[in-house]
Amino acid sequence: MSRTRTERLVNLVICLLSTRRFLTAAQIAATVPGYEHDPDDARDHEAFQRKFERDKAELRELGVPLETGTASVFDAEPGYRIAHREYALPDIPLEPDEAAAVGIAARLWQHAGLAAAASSGLAKLRAAGVDVDPQATLGLEPMVTVDPAFAPLTAAARDRREVGFDYRVPDRDASTRRRLQPWGVVCWRGRWYVVGHDLDRDATRCFRLSRVVGAVRVTGAPGAYEPPAGVDLISHVARWSGPVERTGRATVLAAPGRAAGLRRWAVEVTAGSEGDRLVLPYADPDGLAGQLVGYGPDVRVLDPPEVREAVIQRLKEIAARHDELAVSGGAR
Amino acid sequence: MTRPAARGASSRASADRLARLLNLVPYLLARPGIEIAEAAGDLGVTERQLREDLELLWVCGLPGYGPGDLIDMAFDGDRVTITYDAGIDRPLRLTPDEALALVVALRMLAETPGVANREAIERALAKIEDAAGDLVGAPVAVRLPGDTRRVEALRAAVEGGRALRITYYTAARDETTERVVDPLRMLMVGGRAYVEAWCRRAEAVRLFRADRIDAITELDEPATVPPQAVPHDRTEGVFRPSPDLPLITLRVGRSERWITEYYPCERVEAGDGDLWLVSLRVTDLGWARRFVLGLGPDVAVVAPVELAEQVRATAAAALDAYAVPAPAATVRAPADSVPSGDTAVSAGAQ
Repeated sequence: MSRTRTERLVNLVICLLSTRRFLTAAQIAATVPGYEHDPDDARDHEAFQRKFERDKAELRELGVPLETGTASVFDAEPGYRIAHREYALPDIPLEPDEAAAVGIAARLWQHAGLAAAASSGLAKLRAAGVDVDPQATLGLEPMVTVDPAFAPLTAAARDRREVGFDYRVPDRDASTRRRLQPWGVVCWRGRWYVVGHDLDRDATRCFRLSRVVGAVRVTGAPGAYEPPAGVDLISHVARWSGPVERTGRATVLAAPGRAAGLRRWAVEVTAGSEGDRLVLPYADPDGLAGQLVGYGPDVRVLDPPEVREAVIQRLKEIAARHDELAVSGGAR
Repeated sequence: MTRPAARGASSRASADRLARLLNLVPYLLARPGIEIAEAAGDLGVTERQLREDLELLWVCGLPGYGPGDLIDMAFDGDRVTITYDAGIDRPLRLTPDEALALVVALRMLAETPGVANREAIERALAKIEDAAGDLVGAPVAVRLPGDTRRVEALRAAVEGGRALRITYYTAARDETTERVVDPLRMLMVGGRAYVEAWCRRAEAVRLFRADRIDAITELDEPATVPPQAVPHDRTEGVFRPSPDLPLITLRVGRSERWITEYYPCERVEAGDGDLWLVSLRVTDLGWARRFVLGLGPDVAVVAPVELAEQVRATAAAALDAYAVPAPAATVRAPADSVPSGDTAVSAGAQ
């Protein structure tokens, strides 16, 4: 855009902010520099209209609240104005430490679009008189990354619009189409999820954003539903990924100096002639067996029998599987 | 946050300029007599660009466009003061995207375990949410559970500015080592906290996962970070497999396909039946051996052959060990008689 276009748009904003009456396109053309044309010349007039439409679109894209209405009941032609109340950022009295926090927050986004939105938001706060210390740190800063589905799903949840998307779970071969009324998006332990009402299952479901394949399709009209009052989004996700209680105790014999990874969480270590005896807390015998198998002959399970048997069974199957490979000369 | 892609870069640059100009008047209005250089630095533009912006604003104003209608400013050497704002005395409201980006980032920050000054973050969040109004019924909730005590202790140690002796567990080699490090910063990626530091042992910048630092001692010497030690760009994630690392290919059954979501994979292809061929780079073949063994019978090594052989040999050796009778004194109380509320549970939590 040329300097003249920028100048025209700044003047248009000032003009529409200053008027209480709705101004028609013709009145604006007669007032704001840059719209001069001959309204009786069809081609000239059409060029003006195109220019004016583009300018309005540009202002709306920036977030300028352009009101449309008529100056009086006798006017057929629509007019425009900007209400200062709607335009202006309300006063945000941030203390220096609060402003510093906002400044830090604004640079956490690793997603280009959200990073740009955060820094243009911060620029507005600065313009409102907030001073942001660019050197401030909080000692520990998260890097905020999101999946591509984040932006469309948060927008849809905000606008209460139904969406459709293809969803792929690794243990299924094909993705499935899902239809959802999204209530909100959750970050739990660094992963993103959307929670909402699944229209096909007719039940509350949560979906991991990294499993959404392709684009999210916004299918419904705004305001089409209302999430349950006081819904706790986190609880729907955390229910399935909460911490586990390790109430079981297994005893294993570890070769001296080996299996450092197990020693770290052993609740008891006793040195012995054949190795160190470790007592390990566990929740699920099969999960523990998988972990122990990784250490091969460096770790031998003594107790309980179910873990010991699970380890031996796994070892047999792994050995057999890789024996076949050796015989057939490679896994293909 | 998404502008139509069809619009050209020049159009975007101009939209940015318009946004900047609408901010500029209130910005200067709030800071009478500010030095132009300072304002340019603050706004992230060159001094020359700022002067061009001011010249443009100077010819804009209220209809009539006479001397009393145009935006006016007074220059005093290198300082500028707005003397007439023509009605743009406030910045534009936050857009929904701007409000969302700020609010979600603040929520992330407030949720980060061990972050300093959480109370200020929460006050800021409340004020921004208030100003953004209903734009931020921002339907985004954040919870980053973590070991707050541990992270706080680490942060204090990093901020102390001293060299640290740490006991660190390296999963890639399954070993616990002691090393002296000069800390650079702490960061949080994907819900996990890390200390980035110059490692005197490796003579390189290394990232240490907070939950694998088993002990820490502040040394009586300042952290001395060599000039070549700069924080890495971690925007692409913590582990960026480099092409010179060994590539392993696994044949993966349905039940173990989850690994493709947890490890950066170079290639995932459908194989025979429901098997997938998954290729990934590993830092260490010893780690790969433990990894494959741990995954169990639903996974087979396709390449390299030496890894397949190691897996087979390790499994065979382990089976041989089980064939030998267990040590005599091993018969302990059955597991189910161990009290489940054992106080040692929390000590063993990972």
